Amino acid sequence: MNLRTGTGGSIDRNTLLHFTFDGRAYTGHPGDTLASALLANGVHEIGSSVKLGRPRGVVAAGSEDSTSLVQVEAPFSEPMLLATTVELHDGLRARGLAGQGRLAAEPDPARYDAKHEHCDVLVVGAGPAGLVAALTAARSGARVVLVDEQNQAGGALLGVDEYLDDRPSAEWVADVVAELKSTPGVLVLERTTAFGMYQDGFVLALQKRTDHLGFAAPAGVARQRVWRIRTRQTVLATGAHERPVVFPDNDRPGIMLASSARTFLHRYGVLPGSRAVVFTTNDSAYCAAIDLAESGVDIALVVDARPEAPARLAAECAARGIEVRAGQVVTGTEGSGRVSAVHVGDTRIACDALLVSGGWNPVVSLFSQARGKLRYDAELGAFVPGGELSTVRVAGSATGELDLTACACQGRDAGLLAAAAAGFTSGGQVPLPASDSRCTARSGLVLWRVPGDDDASFVDLQRDSTVADVLRATGAGLRSLEHVKRYTTIGTAHDQGKTSGMIAAGIVAEALGVELAEQRPTTFRPPYTSVSFAALAGRDRGDLHDPVRVTAIHPWHVAHGALFEDVGQWKRPWYYPRAGEDLHTAVLRECRATRESVGMMDGSTLGKIDVQGRDAGKFLDMLYTNMMSTLKVGRIRYGVMCGVDGMVIDDGTVIRVGEERYLVTTTTGNAAKILDWMEEWLQTEWPHLDVHCTSVTEHWATIPLVGPRSRDVLAAVAPGLDVSNEAFEFMTWHDTEVAGVPARVCRISFSGELAYEINVTAWHGVAVWEALMAAGEPYGITPYGTETMHVLRAEKGYPIIGQETDATVTPQDLGMSWAVSKKKPDFIGKRSFARAENNRTDRKQLVGLLPADPGVLLPEGSQIVETDRLPEPPVRMLGHVTSSYPSAALGRTFALALVRSGHERIGETLYVPVEDSLVPVTVTESVLYDKEGARRDG
Amino acid sequence: MQLIPCPWCGPREEAEFHYGGQAHVAYPEDPSALTDEEWARYVFFRDNPSGPFAERWSHNAGCRRWFNAVRDTRTHDLLAVYRVGEPMPEVTA
Amino acid sequence: MTSPPGAHLPEHPDFLWDNPEPKSSYDVVIVGGGGHGIATAYYLAKVHGITNVAVLEKGWLAGGNMARNTTIIRSNYLWDESSGIYEHSLKLWEGLEEDLGYPILFDQRGVLNLAHSLQDVRDSVRRVNANRLNGIDAEWVDPAGVKEICPIVNTSPDVRYPVLGATYQPRAGIAKHDYVAWGYARAAHAMGVDLIQNCEVTGMETSGGRITAVETSRGRIAAGKVALCAAGHSSVLAEMVGLRLPLASHPLQALVSELLEPVHPTVVMSNAVHVYVSQAHKGELVMGAGIDSYNGYGQRGSFHIIEQQMSAALELFPVFARAHLLRTWAGIVDVSPDASPIVGLTPVGGLYLNCGWGTGGFKATPGVGDCFAHTIAHDKPHPFNEPFTLERFTTGALVDEHGAAAVAH
Repeated sequence: MNLRTGTGGSIDRNTLLHFTFDGRAYTGHPGDTLASALLANGVHEIGSSVKLGRPRGVVAAGSEDSTSLVQVEAPFSEPMLLATTVELHDGLRARGLAGQGRLAAEPDPARYDAKHEHCDVLVVGAGPAGLVAALTAARSGARVVLVDEQNQAGGALLGVDEYLDDRPSAEWVADVVAELKSTPGVLVLERTTAFGMYQDGFVLALQKRTDHLGFAAPAGVARQRVWRIRTRQTVLATGAHERPVVFPDNDRPGIMLASSARTFLHRYGVLPGSRAVVFTTNDSAYCAAIDLAESGVDIALVVDARPEAPARLAAECAARGIEVRAGQVVTGTEGSGRVSAVHVGDTRIACDALLVSGGWNPVVSLFSQARGKLRYDAELGAFVPGGELSTVRVAGSATGELDLTACACQGRDAGLLAAAAAGFTSGGQVPLPASDSRCTARSGLVLWRVPGDDDASFVDLQRDSTVADVLRATGAGLRSLEHVKRYTTIGTAHDQGKTSGMIAAGIVAEALGVELAEQRPTTFRPPYTSVSFAALAGRDRGDLHDPVRVTAIHPWHVAHGALFEDVGQWKRPWYYPRAGEDLHTAVLRECRATRESVGMMDGSTLGKIDVQGRDAGKFLDMLYTNMMSTLKVGRIRYGVMCGVDGMVIDDGTVIRVGEERYLVTTTTGNAAKILDWMEEWLQTEWPHLDVHCTSVTEHWATIPLVGPRSRDVLAAVAPGLDVSNEAFEFMTWHDTEVAGVPARVCRISFSGELAYEINVTAWHGVAVWEALMAAGEPYGITPYGTETMHVLRAEKGYPIIGQETDATVTPQDLGMSWAVSKKKPDFIGKRSFARAENNRTDRKQLVGLLPADPGVLLPEGSQIVETDRLPEPPVRMLGHVTSSYPSAALGRTFALALVRSGHERIGETLYVPVEDSLVPVTVTESVLYDKEGARRDG
Repeated sequence: MQLIPCPWCGPREEAEFHYGGQAHVAYPEDPSALTDEEWARYVFFRDNPSGPFAERWSHNAGCRRWFNAVRDTRTHDLLAVYRVGEPMPEVTA
Repeated sequence: MTSPPGAHLPEHPDFLWDNPEPKSSYDVVIVGGGGHGIATAYYLAKVHGITNVAVLEKGWLAGGNMARNTTIIRSNYLWDESSGIYEHSLKLWEGLEEDLGYPILFDQRGVLNLAHSLQDVRDSVRRVNANRLNGIDAEWVDPAGVKEICPIVNTSPDVRYPVLGATYQPRAGIAKHDYVAWGYARAAHAMGVDLIQNCEVTGMETSGGRITAVETSRGRIAAGKVALCAAGHSSVLAEMVGLRLPLASHPLQALVSELLEPVHPTVVMSNAVHVYVSQAHKGELVMGAGIDSYNGYGQRGSFHIIEQQMSAALELFPVFARAHLLRTWAGIVDVSPDASPIVGLTPVGGLYLNCGWGTGGFKATPGVGDCFAHTIAHDKPHPFNEPFTLERFTTGALVDEHGAAAVAH
């Protein structure tokens, strides 16, 4: 059946588009939606309902529809789209859905992005009120953004054939849009839905940029864009949605909102059927009846629920041979699939379309999101904006005003006020267009439902929720609309209560005998219409999901086969496997080479903070548990930082660079946090201190050169430096030249070996690294990664913050009482050390563990128990293994652990459950290698 | 997303800021003189009103300055911002 | 076309509860008609025979966080104290449908907590081992195992933060929150508990260091005991008796998609990439976002948090690209300094405190309902909530679950 009219509509009848629906081929035209094209081809059944499997069709012409659910299958699979919002293009393939969509199995090839926009006046909706508002504001000189969800401006005008100023309304619209687009500072965005309204004029809008192009969409253009609009003033000209009346069997395909049928006719040149019944509670549906009749639809009957039909419109109907029955209602329908007959009282009227109007619901979603209060308008039977917001104005039918000229007038007022509020008062008056519309909708009767078979009277067609469900909910004792919504699931699908919510509220109020004005409507929340996850994720995916930080020497590591570990945002070399090596063999080799000769690593990721000022020492004394102000220039001290709660938060070395200057190092992962921590204390607690902190992490390339032959290597590349133990003591630093570039060399060790840390500007990082490699070649210098670093330090019992600590560990627990000053009157965390819990003797303390079998490697994270047999759970746990490695130096495995009363248990045997067995371990001191520290000086 | 008027930079997007909780909680003069309970008050207990709340923000991705604000926690409306060291302004929510 | 599987939810019963006028006096007044409040009333009546109880709700019953959470239920917490109460809760969940005679749709589909860094792996293994010794089911699974349990997780090594493995608790799962709340409410009402909605507590009366009554928007109600179960509003209520709590109330957002064919068979959580997602019974993807940083009672958060959530979700689940966001919302979570709750007695006689659950309250509903009822009935904490005192912030005996509970749903 072809339901396309001969002329009219804003479709390009000269071009045929081929598309497939449910496996069948059809044609349509540019300008069609999938819904209009299907209706034109006589396809009224789109899918079926989720619970009852009843056929579902097209109820509305736009995004307010909730039943025409389709799965687009080509160009790319996308679930749960409304056919009324899918623009037709050549090659489109879709199928109807049974209430659930399907996610594509393959990755989405499309790109998505976001753009920020700032403006003085944002106008949402390009209907008559929005256009006048935007033009008024634009003429005042304000920066204006006009967004509209449709592919063309006009709003409600797109669905009528009315005249403005004695010419087709489309011409008036085109003129306004043309002026807006040619005005500097004005941005008009089509296919752009404002879906979220947040604090301080922040509005999110989704622009569909290429969907309508189908297979012709250019590669490299973002498919959808989220506009993040920050506006001073907003004019919401979001229009109104027609509301149905609920009656038995109101869900058959072919039952459509009257204004939507009119839109299909005028915008798409599509008839809703060949013989239609119109059921209305107000005047507006008469226009649909008359227009459709004039287009050749047999209007079998107009059923007007009001006691009397409006005389003028009734006369117009009579003139066209259309029967009008007032004071009656539709009481049921028939049809297998599409509607085939309508019952009006005892009368049965055969038809293939039923057009319904129950009045209008202003679109108040965004206003409500902006925290605007809603008020029940009893005459309209709808919630309307109930009060002013200082930065948000509502104009047009979104206020409940349904007369076109009045809407335009509101638009002008809102545009003027919004522009003035944003500081623009110079605008001229925009002339209001004169309308020839013959219908107003104000004179309606509020009718929620026609009594009958409540089980077949659908309130939310997508959720299959009925009047019976609503009445069961109130009968169950529910009073709040939120409860009824949850009991019935009404308004939880695509319509999000836009249409069904109002009707449900009406039925609830009737059932409970309360005034709707006393009911709180369910809350409108973002998004206004559904938004794809990918659009919201935008460009923040893959490598852009979180910045990747690499050191200056990174390319060398990549070229030399390093595997990397993510530490915070950094990529750090984990180990450098040679052919055939796994982690353990590579690390054993790296460890052995370092302890026996010389190794080096890239330590550039360590946080570095330059702390300067007269009070720098005093400041660091407060932040570190130990004393820093007494450190001599030229010397280095290890320090621990605690939170106010006394738990270790970071550690590192502090270098005294000058009288009023220190260089603080932090762990890789905490660098930013520690800088923030310093700034917080400085700015909010001790602004009187003369201290300035600067992050210099990335300014330096840092290369620890480690092992007994490190001195030889350093001497080779730093001929100007006296590297002797006497001239270059442990925990001191010297400025010199390394490989011909200025360098600061620190003698510190995180391995127990003789070691130097060479710092050069990042620019020279690779060159110096390569020079060290070359100079170390005679000694078999071995680059090593984080894993070897971890093993070397663990053999010496040095903790790693975040591995040996977990925000419940004090310096004392780590055996670092030596790093906690007893002289300082105060430092951050000190007071917490005196709390009862801190002084328990059974705190968990850092110790070493040696498995009885030196070949057994304890899994890190293993728990530790006291008995050689596991009792029934819950089992008392003494602590856990924090680090565990095979050790080349020890010739066996070992572990570090936090163990209850650990320091007292040294020498005890404890047990570690591993899989189904208990591994006996001996508790030792945490320092396992070179306890005397003999290797430090080489 | 809130638009936060940094007293140094002007209005900027919330994403540039770091939140710092209640303002005007001074580090105790002499922590060692406090009882455990008093110390716990300082470490863990903060006002948590529904309504105007004097709080700290840091313009982390901007000037990196800390400042104070009075914000209504019901509406999230910023009622006032002021620099560290300045007294809390009178506000009406 | 026929309706797809999973689209049917069991219907609610024809009767739930009455809407009585408040009496002038009750033995126990519970402030807050959310999951915890209603469950507490239920166990007071059922276990302790205390039925002269009112639950006062300022809005609609179970309309706060109970209506806004992502319904994840698990007990695989790190510390013994947490394991105790959450596992107690999980055991009650396992019998709750029968207990309440209400289809709560408790679905033990398992929870995966993903690890993305070597330290994540260590922490995860540590937690698995602790769980097992505490009698809680837990496994460590490698990336291949993750793929087997949830095939749509992107376990490729090429993503920004590759999945290095996960902890898996098979007994964990989800339930349908409204059904849970209404099941408790109906049962409590049937035993004589008054559920009083639209009744806001505006003040509290004390005498001689004991609570005697609450002032409400519906008049004064005398009370032998008063129990606070007000989540995000706990600080405001406690302030009425001069009690200061170490809590901050923050917005926490969540979101839901349209209905989709089954694609996600379990629950996946990731602290590092910051995602927690499941596919609810009808087919919608339910996802939680991060906590908004600022204090807020507005039940709304900032949109960039949702955007971050989406980019994180797509990192792990590329197939979600063209799923659609249908609705977002926010609750108010009361976050404590150690990410553990505060449940127990207060310095005011007859006033009991249950708060600080942060993002983890839903899963604790049966457990805390039972233990809090015990605490109220005996004026003494139940062993499972004994560690969760207010005093711990003074002694330093915190139960720091930040590691396990950065997003503790």
